[in-house]
Amino acid sequence: MHPASIVLPASGLVLAPLLFGLINRTKAWFAGRRGQPLLQAYYDLYKLLHKGAVYSRTTTWIFRAGPIVGLSAGLVALALLPIAGMPSLAAFGGDVVLFAYLWALARFFTVLAALDTGSAFEGMGASREVQFSALAEPALFLALATLARISGQLSLSGIFTAVTPATWAAEGSSLALVAVALFVIVLAENARIPVDDPNTHLELTMIHEVMVLDHGGPDFALILYGSSLKLWVLGGLLVNVAVPVRTGNPWLDGLAFLSGMAVLAVAIGVVESTMARQKLLRVPHLLLAAGAMSALALVFLVR
Amino acid sequence: MSTSAELLAVAIVLTNLALLGSSRMGGLVRAMVVQGLAIGAFPVVAWAAGVSAWAVPFGLFAGAIKGLVFPWVLMRTLRRTGVSREVEPFVSCGMSLVIGLVAFGVAVWMGSRFSLDGMAYPTRLIVPVALFTAFVGLFLIVSRRKALTQAMGYLVFENGIYLFGVALVGELPFLVEFGILLDAYVALFVMGIATYQINREFHHIDTDRLSRLKG
Repeated sequence: MHPASIVLPASGLVLAPLLFGLINRTKAWFAGRRGQPLLQAYYDLYKLLHKGAVYSRTTTWIFRAGPIVGLSAGLVALALLPIAGMPSLAAFGGDVVLFAYLWALARFFTVLAALDTGSAFEGMGASREVQFSALAEPALFLALATLARISGQLSLSGIFTAVTPATWAAEGSSLALVAVALFVIVLAENARIPVDDPNTHLELTMIHEVMVLDHGGPDFALILYGSSLKLWVLGGLLVNVAVPVRTGNPWLDGLAFLSGMAVLAVAIGVVESTMARQKLLRVPHLLLAAGAMSALALVFLVR
Repeated sequence: MSTSAELLAVAIVLTNLALLGSSRMGGLVRAMVVQGLAIGAFPVVAWAAGVSAWAVPFGLFAGAIKGLVFPWVLMRTLRRTGVSREVEPFVSCGMSLVIGLVAFGVAVWMGSRFSLDGMAYPTRLIVPVALFTAFVGLFLIVSRRKALTQAMGYLVFENGIYLFGVALVGELPFLVEFGILLDAYVALFVMGIATYQINREFHHIDTDRLSRLKG
């Protein structure tokens, strides 16, 4: 095993919160501000970890389990994510399905924790989160199925080892559709702007942030770190599809992957600066369109 | 070459989905612009693949008519009649998308049943895409409330027939001529819609009253 295949996934652990910094700096640049420091997410995590936690007497252990399960799911998914054509740390046949349902598990516990507080406001966010994820999941699965069909493999490592510049020449249209669908999924799953606004904590339109309102201190730090991991891993999926650089040197490939992640963060920042959040009623539309693109990509392949 | 034809085919399929999913009239017209231009580019790509050279002016002409003139006429009618900007579908846009996907599956299956071995079509996708475009056009006609969207559905349907003609270009110029004939008919159709809108403006279909408008 090449040392790069351990260092690169581990770099995700360290670099994931940096994505938030990049996104925020891009948005600040668009708004003509200087913006918060690039490392703001790290400062936030540090601050939150040194706070105490307050728990409502109406909550049970589920409320405390939510953030922990969420973060663990993110960590396992990170271990499943292959980077730059190198197999992941924990690859096995069929880990595609585990990968997709790790997010479902994390979401399930976040939703339960939100409902556990007994707050109607959080229940509303939970309902929306579940509704939109039910539409995002087929899109993700169809995208993964398309990639599996291209590569003939059922593990993420096999799939992304098979996606090379040569695949782009042969099946470019399918891969482009999958990339676009994955971009929409990344935006939707990470509560980014056309679907949800990550900045609003007190708006009635929000989805993800409302569910974690009652978490504070270390619990919220876990949630924040977990969501940065989620952005990193799902974004990594997209970067693996869109930027399959294969120089033969794993360090150079890894560098290409990391710059791809940086470009993705900037792209998300651009989307957030130039687009308005969709009406809640229109969000299923957007997710359906993403699913349609994944389905098209699959049909183009099997025709 | 075949990849550029394939990208065009993908673009046309995406514009079809946009037509199904868009809830604003402006979005529909924009999708029609893209679709018309992509469709006009098809014969040019076919020429690069070795079809006779008159495919190029033909493609440019078709692209100009379908991608620029028709949307312009539609946009003008839209502005002049001052109808609301919503599409007002009978079948919701999300449902239309799902139906569109099913239709695409059917089109691919039907396309695989055609044997067009001797033809000069630049990509194997063109027959399913042509069928799909025709399906979408028909669906837009039956599922949208406004007369203007029905005209658009008709144009999209015509685009599908035209694409089918492109698949046979060089072999069967007659079919292409047929497409042009339909184009002329569509222009008439658009005019008919404009008249309809004028009539609706006056809440009358009484031509007697209209003739009195002449100064």
